[in-house]
Amino acid sequence: MGLLSLAIWLPIIAGIVLLLVGRDEHANAVRWIALVAAIASFAVTIPLITGFDAGTAAMQFQENLAWIERLNVHYHLGVDGISVWFVLLTAFITIIVVIAAWQVITERVNQYMGAFLILSGIMVGVFSALDGLLFYVFFEATLIPMYIIIGVWGGPRRVYAAFKFFLYTLAGSLLMLIALIFLYFKSGGSFEILTWHKLPLNMNAQTLLFFAFFAAFAVKVPMWPVHTWLPDAHVEAPTGGSVVLAAIMLKLGAYGFLRFSMPIAPDASHAYDWFIIALSLIAVVYIGLVALVQQDMKKLVAYSSIAHMGFATLGFFIFSELGVSGALVQMISHGFVSGAMFLCIGVLYDRVHSREISSYGGVVNTMPKFAAFAVLFAMANCGLPGTGGFVGEWMVILGTVKANFWLGALASTTLVFGAAYTLWMVKRVYFGPVANEDVRALDDINAREFLMLALLAVAVLWMGVYPKPFTDTMHVSVTELLKHVAVSKLN
Amino acid sequence: MIKDMNWLAVYPELVLLAMACVVAMVDLWVTDPKRTPTYWLTQATLAVVGGMHLLYFDAGFTVYGMQRMMVTDPLGHLLGFFAALAVMITLVYARPYAESREMLKGELFTLSLFSLLGISVMLAANNFLVIYLGLELMSLSLYALTAMRRDHAQSTEAAMKYFVLGALASGFLLYGLSMMYGATGSLDIPKVFNAIATGQLNPTVLALGLVFIVAGLAFKLGAVPFHMWLPDVYHGAPTAVTLLIAGAPKLAAFAMTFRLLVEGLSGVAGDWQQMMMVLAIASMFLGNLAAIAQSNLKRMLAYSTIAQMGFMLLGFTTTVITGNTLSASNGYSSALFYMVTYVFTTLGTFGVVMLLSRQGFESENIDDLKGLAKRNPWYAGVMAIFMFSLAGIPPTVGFYAKLAVLQALITTNVTFYIVVAVLAVLLSLVGAFYYLRLVKVMYFEDPVDTQPIVAASDVRLVLSLNGAAVLVFGILPGGLMALCSQAILKALST
Repeated sequence: MGLLSLAIWLPIIAGIVLLLVGRDEHANAVRWIALVAAIASFAVTIPLITGFDAGTAAMQFQENLAWIERLNVHYHLGVDGISVWFVLLTAFITIIVVIAAWQVITERVNQYMGAFLILSGIMVGVFSALDGLLFYVFFEATLIPMYIIIGVWGGPRRVYAAFKFFLYTLAGSLLMLIALIFLYFKSGGSFEILTWHKLPLNMNAQTLLFFAFFAAFAVKVPMWPVHTWLPDAHVEAPTGGSVVLAAIMLKLGAYGFLRFSMPIAPDASHAYDWFIIALSLIAVVYIGLVALVQQDMKKLVAYSSIAHMGFATLGFFIFSELGVSGALVQMISHGFVSGAMFLCIGVLYDRVHSREISSYGGVVNTMPKFAAFAVLFAMANCGLPGTGGFVGEWMVILGTVKANFWLGALASTTLVFGAAYTLWMVKRVYFGPVANEDVRALDDINAREFLMLALLAVAVLWMGVYPKPFTDTMHVSVTELLKHVAVSKLN
Repeated sequence: MIKDMNWLAVYPELVLLAMACVVAMVDLWVTDPKRTPTYWLTQATLAVVGGMHLLYFDAGFTVYGMQRMMVTDPLGHLLGFFAALAVMITLVYARPYAESREMLKGELFTLSLFSLLGISVMLAANNFLVIYLGLELMSLSLYALTAMRRDHAQSTEAAMKYFVLGALASGFLLYGLSMMYGATGSLDIPKVFNAIATGQLNPTVLALGLVFIVAGLAFKLGAVPFHMWLPDVYHGAPTAVTLLIAGAPKLAAFAMTFRLLVEGLSGVAGDWQQMMMVLAIASMFLGNLAAIAQSNLKRMLAYSTIAQMGFMLLGFTTTVITGNTLSASNGYSSALFYMVTYVFTTLGTFGVVMLLSRQGFESENIDDLKGLAKRNPWYAGVMAIFMFSLAGIPPTVGFYAKLAVLQALITTNVTFYIVVAVLAVLLSLVGAFYYLRLVKVMYFEDPVDTQPIVAASDVRLVLSLNGAAVLVFGILPGGLMALCSQAILKALST
């Protein structure tokens, strides 16, 4: 069994075992097993990066087995410089989620932990699948655990949010399924993604494919105007659910653009780049303004995620190395930062049971250690140099300015809006005099909470100070991708 | 006189016939209210018949028997095996339910065996009249089973509706078959096929006959606009009998459609495929939309059946367009795969419904599933798997069924069929809503009914295996797909 298979199936099997044998009477054992499984699943992904050959754009750690012979479907896995970091990010975030749930989830612990472990394995599968149908199966399968997580452990409007999440995403991905089968037919009976990359297609077919893929990935990213499921899902999901949604699930959509839309339909991607860029800029500017007026902290971070993901799609569709690499770095750092922000909200919510900004004020007086972390992550969220948030945004802005000055100018407003909504929230929640009795009664974070925030803080600072390992791994894959996309498939 | 009988071809049917009579006799001496001897005798018979079908399928030959009235080919035996298995599973689920409603009589077993005999005859038919004979045997057994609770007004009403409308549909079919006879001069399927191929016939009579045949088939499949009986019968019949109607007979309906339209009338496939397309799209529309409005679980599942049959029928519509045998088998085998997976998912769904019913309490409303995940996470998990499978979400087997049919549609490379495929997925999105609603009720809501759920160990075991199968075939669907396509290829090549 290869490393990638191990990274997929280890958490899934651990999750299934927990579902089958776990009971709330021995919840503690369940938590420890979940933690061990999450750490082990992360450990098996480490050789992927240490053994990664950054000098080639070819797929590495490949595994290829026949799966459904009648349809010529293969269990084909592999990673390149674009996907490998997401595999690690997924496994890492799962550890954090398990730690975050330690004391918070007290009912049906085994189902909660099991759902997250299974979800983690499935998401690793999405990032490492090289067969179109295998990708689709993993992509869709993520819906089931997330639907259950939001619906069972979520807030008061959880049922509405869970349905909206499921049906919105399903609607998009069903169109992608049609596109995949169409490609299967066009390529003479192959589901290999890499074969599809080389498949010549006329403009008509490319346009249809581009928009079918767009339907699936734009919903997942999410891009304006199909973003409305995200604030609902984020607000109602339990803390762990919000963390996984923001840190990883949104990236599935953006990753899809790089793996499918751009290389399979390069001419359509060039022809409709204005469309994606326009939607991305609307996300950056308009959603940034929307975030400014939110009363609910989770909603604010949710809107901020949409704006940040708009940055990623913008970076992809200016077709320059700086843009694409910057967008990828931005996605990874956003994984850490948004996850951390949701965890901070979770820490407050567990104590006060309110997400309203107005319920807080002067938290720094009673929780100094926690406030230090929260301010650090807030700074990273608005892209302060020295944090992970800065590197990606700066690269994307640089790339955009090179392509077109005015687009770059518009994109860079995110620095203003991002700082505005984040810092204003920080001011109202953390600084100032103690606002009420609830805040006065707050206890500072315990060792468990310190540990999870510290892990993320290290990651955020590391990305900010020394992003070279990330950009180095991506470099060859990204340039090869751009070379491929620059060549027209029409003749 | 008795020449060319070739009894070997009909051994499974003979065993069924003999054992149905034996079970009826033996039951007269059984005093046990649980009917243990009768039950196990029936199950043993089904196991033997299923095993025989499997052996015949494995041997892979095509033999004609009963003076070429019957044919034994891999397709018939594959379906025969699944039908026997479906009835076995049905009886396991049905026994505790029937016992608590004073329905556990010898007739339940005898009639189940007779309905399976009818199904087997249809599966092996090589003649229009034999198909009709099998259909009537199956239907009459099912009418009687529906009416088994004589003192129950709803069941009696359902039985009347089923009987009257079923007889009407049989009349349609028979009328169509007689016109076919008038047009082609034969009732033998291969002779009809040849007559149409050579073109020596009256096309008006043929077309008219075809319309009646398709209408009769649509009734049996429950396709719109011939679906009216289905929600009432599913709802009114005792759940055990609903399961008998919803399970194995669907396989027979598939076989009947295949034998009549594909093996007999593929010369006029262009005509019947248009009708199928209309039926399929109408069924998906009405089934999916009407299912949303249901609060009764059995009615909801009935409308869901209508929608699913519509999706399955799409597999029948693609084959003439592309012409060659290989892509024809693509369409039919996707429909076969769809049907088989659908039947076993449905069995499990009704199995859970029956499990939640108990003495004096019918678990019929969607609200009766409230909080099942808290009452019993195991059954809730199994039911959730069935729901995701019916909705077509991977990694359950229902996804591959939909994939196979969509693939058959899209590989025709005809714009109209691609548009139909898009329509089909959008309607299955509507379908996902009501299946998800059941998951919601089970997982997101608190239980109202706190009575412990008691289940016999065999029911528990079979239900768990059923759920596991839906999941395992979802992860490794290749083998079953290959079997289906193999059977269809053999049937088309002879």
